[in-house]
Amino acid sequence: MQKALVIDPVKCTGCKQCELACSYVKEGEFNPAKSRIRVFDFHQDARFVPYTCTQCAEAWCQRACPVDAITTNEWGVKEVHDGLCVGCKVCIIACPFGTVNYNASTGKVIKCDECGGDPACVKACPTDAIIYMDVEQAGFGKMRQWAAKTDTAAQATQ
Amino acid sequence: MGWTGQVLRVNLTKGTCTPEALNKDWAGQYLGQRGLGSKYLVEETDPKVDPLSPDNKMIFATGPLTGTCASTGGRYSVITKGPLTGAIACSNSGGYWGAELKFAGWDMIILEGKADKPVYLCIIDGKAELLDASEIWGKSVWDMDAWIKSRHQDPMMHVSGIGIAGENGVLYSCIINDLHRAAGRSGVGAVMGSKNLKAIAVRGTGGVKVDDFPAFLAATSAAKEVLAGNAVTGEGLPAFGTQVLMNVINEAGALPTRNTREVQFEGAHDISAEAMAKPSGKDGKPNLLANQACFSCTIACGRISKINEEHYTVRNKPEYWHASGGLEYEAAWALGAATGVSDLDALTYANFICNEQGIDPISFGATLGAAMEMYEDGALTDKDTGGLKLNFGSAEALTQATELTGKAEGFGKELGMGSKKLCDKYGKPELSMTVKGQEFPAYDPRGIQGMGLTYATSNRGACHLRSYTVSSEILGIPEKTDPLVTDGKAGLVKAFQDATAAVDSAGLCIFTTFAWTLEDIAPQIDGALAGEWSVDRLLEIGERVWNLERQYNLQAGFTAKDDTLPKRLLKDAAKTGPAKGLVAGLDKMLPEYYAVRGWTEDGVPTNETLSRLAL
Repeated sequence: MQKALVIDPVKCTGCKQCELACSYVKEGEFNPAKSRIRVFDFHQDARFVPYTCTQCAEAWCQRACPVDAITTNEWGVKEVHDGLCVGCKVCIIACPFGTVNYNASTGKVIKCDECGGDPACVKACPTDAIIYMDVEQAGFGKMRQWAAKTDTAAQATQ
Repeated sequence: MGWTGQVLRVNLTKGTCTPEALNKDWAGQYLGQRGLGSKYLVEETDPKVDPLSPDNKMIFATGPLTGTCASTGGRYSVITKGPLTGAIACSNSGGYWGAELKFAGWDMIILEGKADKPVYLCIIDGKAELLDASEIWGKSVWDMDAWIKSRHQDPMMHVSGIGIAGENGVLYSCIINDLHRAAGRSGVGAVMGSKNLKAIAVRGTGGVKVDDFPAFLAATSAAKEVLAGNAVTGEGLPAFGTQVLMNVINEAGALPTRNTREVQFEGAHDISAEAMAKPSGKDGKPNLLANQACFSCTIACGRISKINEEHYTVRNKPEYWHASGGLEYEAAWALGAATGVSDLDALTYANFICNEQGIDPISFGATLGAAMEMYEDGALTDKDTGGLKLNFGSAEALTQATELTGKAEGFGKELGMGSKKLCDKYGKPELSMTVKGQEFPAYDPRGIQGMGLTYATSNRGACHLRSYTVSSEILGIPEKTDPLVTDGKAGLVKAFQDATAAVDSAGLCIFTTFAWTLEDIAPQIDGALAGEWSVDRLLEIGERVWNLERQYNLQAGFTAKDDTLPKRLLKDAAKTGPAKGLVAGLDKMLPEYYAVRGWTEDGVPTNETLSRLAL
């Protein structure tokens, strides 16, 4: 079963626990600047939006890589192999969403790999704004919200 | 670990930025942030220094947990001598700035001297430099924040600085970071302005390490569970913010109203959390749009609000139609109950202006309340106020006065002196609701007796955040005490003061203590830092910090005579509510407090106490 990180910005409070958890797991320290997931603050609209790689089925980063350093694992997750990555950054240019980034201290690119199936950001989020679930069910929560707005009883009495 | 080990010393007179090593011995004795910053201030400055002179220093200090995943671990404090009080000032702020300073590789910034022209300090990781601020001097905090991010082409920067009020020496001006988080009290913004320093902009891309990651993660995870499971930190604060208190304190008969003439406000419900959540705008949206967390905080009590676009304050000002920091309880009380105004949108607008220009809404609202009483008594005339009709309950008076004070124009200049100097000037010193020159906040000591002793003995002038006995007396945390009696309050206040001083020195938010005790906090600090960090060690540090601050104030010229309350609280009984007929029983608590502190009858720490605390 492929899983996906499903993000609900309405629940996000901007605490950045996800960035702290991600950077600890990946870098061994608390360092939001190196986090694979980032929370953006749209202050004037009262919105916080966590954002990270969605693991495209046809991944442009992977297509662009000249040394085949990005591979797809059995869960559909795109992984960067540090031993192969030459830091050319073509994948950063190719990614339409900006979720592949460069780590100047290692000379490699970094991106979300869903922590091998147990994402640290999900466990750290205090409001369940980030959940990890069956990718084929990913839209059903939102679908259900819209379904609830369909007032068939009101139509029946018209 | 927990520390970067680097302190940035900035001499504004010489224009130099010099790194130096953090004094680890002092960090062992004073922990960090409030305690450690105060130790540096005490060692480096004369307590008799003029707060607004170049000889005063100001210290921006983080705690050992700032920048970690400990819940609320993102805080910093500004420590200096306060111009509103003449006492030691330590103002604590959240948002993201403190953590960003750590990520840039700095534990603390020490600012000394005075720049010869307006500058801002720009810190990008290890590189710190003073840059020309002539284009932002005279601009609001919000415009300054946008200008700096644009100038450096970096929207991820975090900026802490002053608005027009701080530039113009409003004595209760704040330092604001992240647009609406404030190092709010005692006029620390005026000190920054006196140094010609507009802002400190920070961008950090480094990491923070702790001493023992597995132990630290176990302790912080367990502590987060405690916060999530607690009714106040897990439910009340996220849903209602600190405004959850408005109706509660009003019903307790402890909501100081119209310059503390009364203890209950008939308009309390209209300015409460419940009112903020009610649909009001033409778009059907409520005042409150969302709650916001500060860095690393799993409580998220911050309010993000919007003013109704039809409201008179903003009808022709689309620049105020966006969301920003909304009313917290203290601001809603000061701008509302203290002035008798119950127009929620007017309060929200005044709060926006306080954030935009960097003024402390507590001191401002309380000062305006005093001015309103003088105006209604005839001590202030239209000629004095420049035509402002300062009647209690007038929303127009509130919003106009806020605009004038934020820009230090007209009668706003007089309001900017604070209530003590204002009431002295117009011959009504008894109408100033202050202790050591600082306006007291949203709890009437007649209805919550412990808060009377809290205000009287607070080292930074009247303040609720130095020993929040409301927790015990109203909310029953950690155990319920009777708010109407004075028995046992001396020991209660001391216990809260010492524990709070430890929390304020850690990098954590005091709101965690609705759920946490030091038993929850000590393991987190122990995981972060080398050495053994027990509850007893933290309590000893808290008591050491308290006495260090006390010693500074005594050397600055304060005496036991300043440990008092306004006559109104001591002589005029509450007229309504549960405390009807009661005055603040300070005389019954103060001698006992001095005794439990190990101080003389004159409020001076004895030699035994000082040597026990290694002071």
